[in-house]
Amino acid sequence: MALEALRVNRLRSVLTMLGVIIGVLAVVILVAVGTGAKDAVEKEISGLGTNIILVVPGRLSVGAAPTQSKLNLADVAYVRRVVGDPAKVTVSLQSGETVRVGGTEAFVTIVGTDQNLTNIFERPLDKGRHLSETDVDTRRRIAVLGSEVADKLFGDLDPIGRQLTISGARFRVVGVYAKIGQTFGVSRDQEVHIPVTTAQRLLGIARVNGIAVGASGPDEIEPLQERVVAALTDRYPGEKFSAVTQTQLLGTIGSVLGMLTGVLAAIAGISLLVGGVGVSNIMLVSVRERTREIGLRKALGARQRDVLAQFLIEAVLLTTIGGVIGILLGVGGALTIQALTPVPASVTWWSVALAFGVSAAVGVFFGVAPARRAGRLDPVIALRAE
Amino acid sequence: MTAALEALDLTRRYQLDGVAVEALRGVSLRIGRGEFVAIIGPSGSGKSTLMHLLGCLDRPTSGRLRVNGVEMSQLSDTELAELRNKTIGFVFQSFHLLARTTALENVALPLVYRGLGKAERRSRARAALESVGLGHRMEHRPSQMSGGEQQRVAIARALVGEPKVLLADEPTGNLDTRNGAEVMAILDRLNSDSGVAVVLVTHEPEVAEHARRQIHVRDGLIELDTADRNPE
Repeated sequence: MALEALRVNRLRSVLTMLGVIIGVLAVVILVAVGTGAKDAVEKEISGLGTNIILVVPGRLSVGAAPTQSKLNLADVAYVRRVVGDPAKVTVSLQSGETVRVGGTEAFVTIVGTDQNLTNIFERPLDKGRHLSETDVDTRRRIAVLGSEVADKLFGDLDPIGRQLTISGARFRVVGVYAKIGQTFGVSRDQEVHIPVTTAQRLLGIARVNGIAVGASGPDEIEPLQERVVAALTDRYPGEKFSAVTQTQLLGTIGSVLGMLTGVLAAIAGISLLVGGVGVSNIMLVSVRERTREIGLRKALGARQRDVLAQFLIEAVLLTTIGGVIGILLGVGGALTIQALTPVPASVTWWSVALAFGVSAAVGVFFGVAPARRAGRLDPVIALRAE
Repeated sequence: MTAALEALDLTRRYQLDGVAVEALRGVSLRIGRGEFVAIIGPSGSGKSTLMHLLGCLDRPTSGRLRVNGVEMSQLSDTELAELRNKTIGFVFQSFHLLARTTALENVALPLVYRGLGKAERRSRARAALESVGLGHRMEHRPSQMSGGEQQRVAIARALVGEPKVLLADEPTGNLDTRNGAEVMAILDRLNSDSGVAVVLVTHEPEVAEHARRQIHVRDGLIELDTADRNPE
């Protein structure tokens, strides 16, 4: 019966639904994009490795300028003793430098590190070998290249064993990393890893930027984090040290992106609300148009609640059909965005369920006023209506 | 035996733009089961108001009305709707059929509000349509039928719930003479065959002739009730 009433005014029903369709569509797509971005960032962070603790000097907070590092290799050795497992501690000293092979130049991130890097971070090799302990101890001038650097400098040639120049010093390539993509928008395939001792001599400094510690299990992370920070503070009274874990990073970024998704969903929700107002409007028109029908139904024995239910069902049907169409288009749209653009989109079941539930609720909420008006019509007056 | 309709000193006042209009000024009448009564009067006499009250579509300002022995002033709106559904059948001047619905579904409509199942509704509606000679028009829509046929569908709809009283408001008002005569013949036959009381509201004396009793209404009062002249 209600479907019949919608079919009679097909164009009007479709136009009314359009408001709901667009609203639901927007909710599903925007939540999908928001969730997709969150998933992508989380994947990047977990892609670094597992159970990682990063130790840096100073207080770590979003937007703060990096503190001048006071940490040096002696501190790294100290942290190794604190942690107990020297293989689970690595170091990083970074600097932007120009590398050159023949006439080809590239601006890259030089990372001074050691043989323990791969015990903590995921960094698979494409060919050659990783840095070794001997490389670090003897300050060898050797380098392991990120995949982009290797492509740019050597093209189709096999870089292993070939020479390159970093800030005027000659280095020999011993390995090439497999492609791993970006972390926080920075391409990690543009790194060149050299022994940290070599890097210090090259850059003429004695410090390091940070220390990374690998915990043996998820439960170990927090106690280890506290132990390392306490030990460093002990060694440098009055100085601040920060240790940030992957979980903390995930939590912070997750909540920021979650908030962003929420804001997007709320904006989309407003358009859904506007669609609901359209439904309300059309139902009022429909009640007015069908005043005589309402009068007749009442004369034939329809109770107030029968008439109310009739119009309410119509309104809910309008919004739920619109909701289902919106969901289908939204899921289709999200998949299209995923396939055609670099924007990640991941449709979550809860956004679909929420969109459907909200559109049904919008139908009830915005259908109730017109339906009550219909239910309360005086049959005598309604029957006389033109 | 309880009367089909029993009214005692009914009045009905309206507020029209702040002016009180007294449409009925004290009407008492008793219509027995199976009677065929015509309420006649010029337009503005109050006969439509009277019909609305008798059909429980409206409540009187004062006075009492018993429908099939039930005092209507004590019923809630919901109970009144039930009373209309079970006890009263309406036939209107302009038919009031649902335009995009078949004859069969139109006739079955009152049974929807009685909560009957679809099969039961359809079989009862089919029987009612056959009783008004429209067995061949079940699946037609109102726009595919003549005025006379539409009014017969409306009569079938009024009868499908087996009411005690059938209220017909100018049932021939929109019909030509031949169709009007046909509709009146059907009302006549239904009244004598099924014993439903028929109350006909009209301003045409020729139509009122069909009834065995005539009640003349003027200025909100009963002017003449032929039952008083030749009591049964």
